[in-house]
Amino acid sequence: MLNQIRPAATMLVAMTLLTGLAYPLAMTGLARVIAPELSQASITLRDGQPIGSALVAQPFAGAGYLHPRPSAVDYATMPSGASNLSPGSAALARQIAERRAAYQATNGAPAPVDAVTASGSGLDPEISVANATAQAIRIAKARGVDPDAVQAVIAGHVTQPLWGLYGEARVNVLLTNLALDEAMPMTPSGGN
Amino acid sequence: MHDLMGYALFCAALTAGGWVLARWMTRVYEGGPNPLTTVLGPVERGIYRLSGIDAQVQQGWRGYALAALAFNLLGFVLLYGILRLQQVLPLNPDGVGAISPDLAFNTAVSFVTNTNWQAYSGEAQLSYLSQMTGLTVQNFVSAATGMAVGLAVIRGFTAPKGTGLGNFWTDMTRSVLYVLLPLSILLAVALILQGVPQTLLGGAHVTTLEGAQQIIPRGPAASQIAIKQLGTNGGGFFGVNSAHPLENPTVASNMLQCLSILLIPVAFCFLFGRMARDARQGWAIYAAMGVMFLIGLVVVWAGETGAASLEGKEMRFGAALSALWGVVTTAASNGSVNAMHDSFMPLSGLVEIVNMAIGEVIFGGVGAGLYGMLLYVVLAVFLAGLMVGRTPEYLGRKIEAREVTLAMLAFLSMPLGILIGGAISVTVPTAAASIQEAGPHGLSETLYAYSSAVGNNGSAFAGWGAAAQWQTTALGLLMILGRFAIILPMLAIAGSLIAKRQSPVTVGTFPTHGPLFVTLLVLTVLILGALTFFPVLALGPIAEHTALAIGQSF
Repeated sequence: MLNQIRPAATMLVAMTLLTGLAYPLAMTGLARVIAPELSQASITLRDGQPIGSALVAQPFAGAGYLHPRPSAVDYATMPSGASNLSPGSAALARQIAERRAAYQATNGAPAPVDAVTASGSGLDPEISVANATAQAIRIAKARGVDPDAVQAVIAGHVTQPLWGLYGEARVNVLLTNLALDEAMPMTPSGGN
Repeated sequence: MHDLMGYALFCAALTAGGWVLARWMTRVYEGGPNPLTTVLGPVERGIYRLSGIDAQVQQGWRGYALAALAFNLLGFVLLYGILRLQQVLPLNPDGVGAISPDLAFNTAVSFVTNTNWQAYSGEAQLSYLSQMTGLTVQNFVSAATGMAVGLAVIRGFTAPKGTGLGNFWTDMTRSVLYVLLPLSILLAVALILQGVPQTLLGGAHVTTLEGAQQIIPRGPAASQIAIKQLGTNGGGFFGVNSAHPLENPTVASNMLQCLSILLIPVAFCFLFGRMARDARQGWAIYAAMGVMFLIGLVVVWAGETGAASLEGKEMRFGAALSALWGVVTTAASNGSVNAMHDSFMPLSGLVEIVNMAIGEVIFGGVGAGLYGMLLYVVLAVFLAGLMVGRTPEYLGRKIEAREVTLAMLAFLSMPLGILIGGAISVTVPTAAASIQEAGPHGLSETLYAYSSAVGNNGSAFAGWGAAAQWQTTALGLLMILGRFAIILPMLAIAGSLIAKRQSPVTVGTFPTHGPLFVTLLVLTVLILGALTFFPVLALGPIAEHTALAIGQSF
């Protein structure tokens, strides 16, 4: 084994330089050229200020905004996480019942399944179309506008399944909320 | 219905991609010039010169094994050192602290053995230097080690008598330079364009629309995620792995990652056929793996779409793509997740546990899946030989007592590690504290963890406390068992076979390429797996399924 130590050590150093430094650094340099914003976590700006990432959920709670899916870690990002509760868990059944009641009370509509189950990442930036649509009346009321206007903004932010085959139709919460703010700004008291 | 069409298209793309890649790999491993040698040839020769390696030297199975062991041992030492010292090393913009000795041991073993079990959360606990020069490097070289050993074992079965098993250093280097690195660059670029971060900037501090403070984690993620999938590694840049919207932002990124997980393992089936100079042999292995893959996929798909629960699942993937990934990642020894398997239906969990516990042979790890399946091939032809009363043969070579003994020895590492390790873990109170849930699911969690470690998979029922010191240590040791207690006997089998004469095919030869052999091989895998693990599966996932059916919760 001893005569294998020299090739092993040299090889390890060479591979570290190649795959641990040259490769990731080259990719980082390339990313800066081909996708400067995407490669820095899709930070979204408003009035020149970073207000979040289009890919990371924010804990929206105001009546004038779309609300994200539940998060088992209260939308923590460092690190994020999930409930990891099994389908037979009594605790999970209790949480789902509570969320269902809260959703009904807030939105006056029955809750779609994505609105009562916590996401895998705890940071799911998207909700189902049914979930978004069911929140429109509440949002319209808070913003003092016609529900159809809110529905129109939501409809403009629906992402369809890839090739009609893969994934679910869905709505990005942060981008839709930004569009709502732009199309129908809330007065300072409008959120109440 | 459109789910199944999507699955069919996925399988077709995967098969075509694997077939094309096998052609490329054949060319690469023959060692002659290829389109990439104009650029990378000097790098390859430079590495050999610095390391004092003669690329022409053939190693025996012992030499090959020693080289692999020495390389992996030093890799472990380096990675352990980087993890323990990351707080004083550069490239640590978020100022993360030191990693405890047991967690560093667990993580270093995990990445060296191609398991990539994660008892830590990358975004909160690892510096960029640890992720790049520590984990990314082992993502490459542990995968290349598996591919190299896979090649040596294939040569043992297929190469003419008197030729060698190859040279570990050249097989490993060529795997990195001409297969893993080019594919990783392509995938990393695609992922960057889908929104996966690739930057050395630290986390972005933002004020949300409602005035809360939020840190958006970032880092050189795309480059690591690309090789994590292609090398069937599976260790995420972020803690929740490919469920994280920055690790796997879109449906397109999801499909690309899913394909990448199985691409090289599928290619290895066809590479086997090419090196055996009989493509049908490769198709037979592919068919046996494919049948078991599809059975698992149908069960998990039916369970997850039927349950209509999105607990632990991401909206963009829904039930169907979460089910697909769950089967892909446990069939391959990848272990990345795009949904939380702990929240899957009991029978979905059962499929995932079986995929891992039979030894990761349904496509399996890069290289490792094929040599794992050849273990079952040895046992299958032995059984066939017993049934017809002839000396078993495979590819013209006699399978005798030594090969069957070695194959059984390798096989036993799975039940030994999983059942005995798991049994201790549920009986010793310190260890049993890792269980999150009451009832049979608690046993499933432990069974999943031990299957994952011994099978070198790396995924988890993540509610289970993997970071407890007992578990980091026990699972670390079992990952070593699961990796090397299969590599060494399989290399020994290869060394034994290559010394045997290849006899010509006669009418009395049992054909190893038709439906009969494929059926026999599948049954060998399932019967050995079922007989070994059925009792504990009955107490875990099956009991859980029954409880759920009668509405009992825990």
